[in-house]
Amino acid sequence: MNATFRNWALDENPSSRRQAAWGNWYRIWLNLRGNPLGMIGLTIILIFIGIAIFAPLLASHDPAAQDLANRLAAPSALHWFGTDELGRDIYSRLLYGGRVTLGMVIAVVVLVAPIGLAIGCIAGYFGGIVDTILMRITDIFLAFPRLVLALAFVAALKPGVESAILAIALTAWPPYARMARAETLTVRGSDFIAAYRLTGGSSWRIIFRHIMPLCVPTLIVRVTLDMSSIIITAASLGFLGMGAQPPSPEWGAMIATAKRFIFEQWWVAAIPGIAIFFVSLAFNFLGDALRDVLDPKGN
Amino acid sequence: MNRRFKSLAATLSSVLLTLFGLTVLTFLIGRVMPVDPVIAAVGDNAPEDVILRVRAEMGLDQPIPVQFLHYLYQLAHGDFGMSVLTKNPVATDIVRFFPATFELATAALLLAALIGIPLGVWAAVRQGTFTDQAIRVVCLAGHSVPVFMLSLISLLIFYSWLDLAPGPGRQDIIFDGMIDTVTGILTIDTLIAGDFDAFKDALAHMAQPVIILAYFSMAYIARMTRAFMIDALKGEYVITARAKGLSLTKVIWGHAFPTVAVQLLTVMALTYAGLLEGAVVTETVFSWPGIGQYLTVSLMNADMNPVVGTTLLIGLIYVGLNLIADILYRVLDPRVQ
Repeated sequence: MNATFRNWALDENPSSRRQAAWGNWYRIWLNLRGNPLGMIGLTIILIFIGIAIFAPLLASHDPAAQDLANRLAAPSALHWFGTDELGRDIYSRLLYGGRVTLGMVIAVVVLVAPIGLAIGCIAGYFGGIVDTILMRITDIFLAFPRLVLALAFVAALKPGVESAILAIALTAWPPYARMARAETLTVRGSDFIAAYRLTGGSSWRIIFRHIMPLCVPTLIVRVTLDMSSIIITAASLGFLGMGAQPPSPEWGAMIATAKRFIFEQWWVAAIPGIAIFFVSLAFNFLGDALRDVLDPKGN
Repeated sequence: MNRRFKSLAATLSSVLLTLFGLTVLTFLIGRVMPVDPVIAAVGDNAPEDVILRVRAEMGLDQPIPVQFLHYLYQLAHGDFGMSVLTKNPVATDIVRFFPATFELATAALLLAALIGIPLGVWAAVRQGTFTDQAIRVVCLAGHSVPVFMLSLISLLIFYSWLDLAPGPGRQDIIFDGMIDTVTGILTIDTLIAGDFDAFKDALAHMAQPVIILAYFSMAYIARMTRAFMIDALKGEYVITARAKGLSLTKVIWGHAFPTVAVQLLTVMALTYAGLLEGAVVTETVFSWPGIGQYLTVSLMNADMNPVVGTTLLIGLIYVGLNLIADILYRVLDPRVQ
């Protein structure tokens, strides 16, 4: 079965579009498999997603259940990672915190990627005054460090997960627009676009059906590399008290409350910190590997 | 010459537009704040006519465009409003807090460049080998660890466990008020005062936050250096120089590196802007009295004028650095012409 698929996918003369597409993906996968750092990253990300999905099954305790008699306990057989300042099980909170982080990251990407892509492609395709206006707006948002602008937005809205998502999204789209514009400019003048135009394809159809899909590989690399930055910004907002609010087991917020007793019960802060580190490192590893695989010219 | 002038004019006009956009954005952030500034000033129980009068005094009964023009007018006069928390004009606070951040970020950038550039060059020369992979992992780790986590761990290990580093803050209490503020940059002020103990103390307090910030930017500088150098080393002149019998060191530092030096200056300018962001978090953890801590403390107290003022300032620095990088690139790199 495996060998048949391999031969079918790697066929030099694919007989259908589907076969060609599968062959393309299979080649990417084979290249990725040869990149050890990328595979380590992918494994950690899959584990992270699994943990987030199956948190209720994997958790040993209710993440909100307090046990004031057993505050700040060291790791033990009962509480694998110890307990926090209200006697809640850190291991269980960590698992549920993964859900918050994953949810935030997905929400940001779902908001940002299509918007950035659309703005960039439209600016690049139409050029002229549309391009100038859109890119000037992009530049304004790019003129702030991400965390600083996000902080200001959250302060203006109201601290919380939703505001944090919105704020990060507002600060995250400009690089995507820039990237999509650059990609669009390289294909805008090519013959196949001219052919579509000759056959009467409308500008919007060309942009959404023929140009945007071409930006997807670069987009995937960008998103993967951006993930760690989004995770860290979200955690930083939580840490500064502007993101997820305390009862929530968000990792940054966990560290924010745990920093008060970092010198005595250091593991309470260290464990969510290690989780943030591994997940964002994994995304960086994978993104780096994907860049090598999907974008040979960038190497 | 004419063309150069034209491109410079285009750059400047785009910078002006960006600046205008910055003010619009910060104005809007300041307007949608959750607390009504009038209520905040007079209290919940103030009678209706007082509220109306104060609203008029603050100019908040005017149409939004008029308010915006007023805001621009204030900004042009260096007026960022008052801080409720410190009871000072925001501009005064910023002047007082900025040198501390400047000191931190500049020291971090120097350290980062000093380590990051050689590391990047080394990785480029050894491209594809174990050394290259090891440097890559070190750099990716730098991108992946939250600054606040690194700061906390550093405090735990070097301050609490090993007792090697001083605690949070900029100087020990004994030196408090001993040093006259001249530049606001403590390492320079202590030297001007000739107090070497205070100088050593200031350096010791800087060590942790500077090293942490530097690691963060070093990761970026090293990555970019590696990418630039790999391109540079492909040049035919490099092969020629090697074929002539020049040593590898000479070829790398004498021939290939100068061609990427200007690009690296651009990278450093951008890194500096990124350091300001890192400083926001680092200063909070280390109680470093800079604009980063000023920003977060104001945030927690919903004191919007300092938040908007600091955000605008950081935006301005960002744009300024980009402009400087752009100009440097044009002036220093003969290939641009």
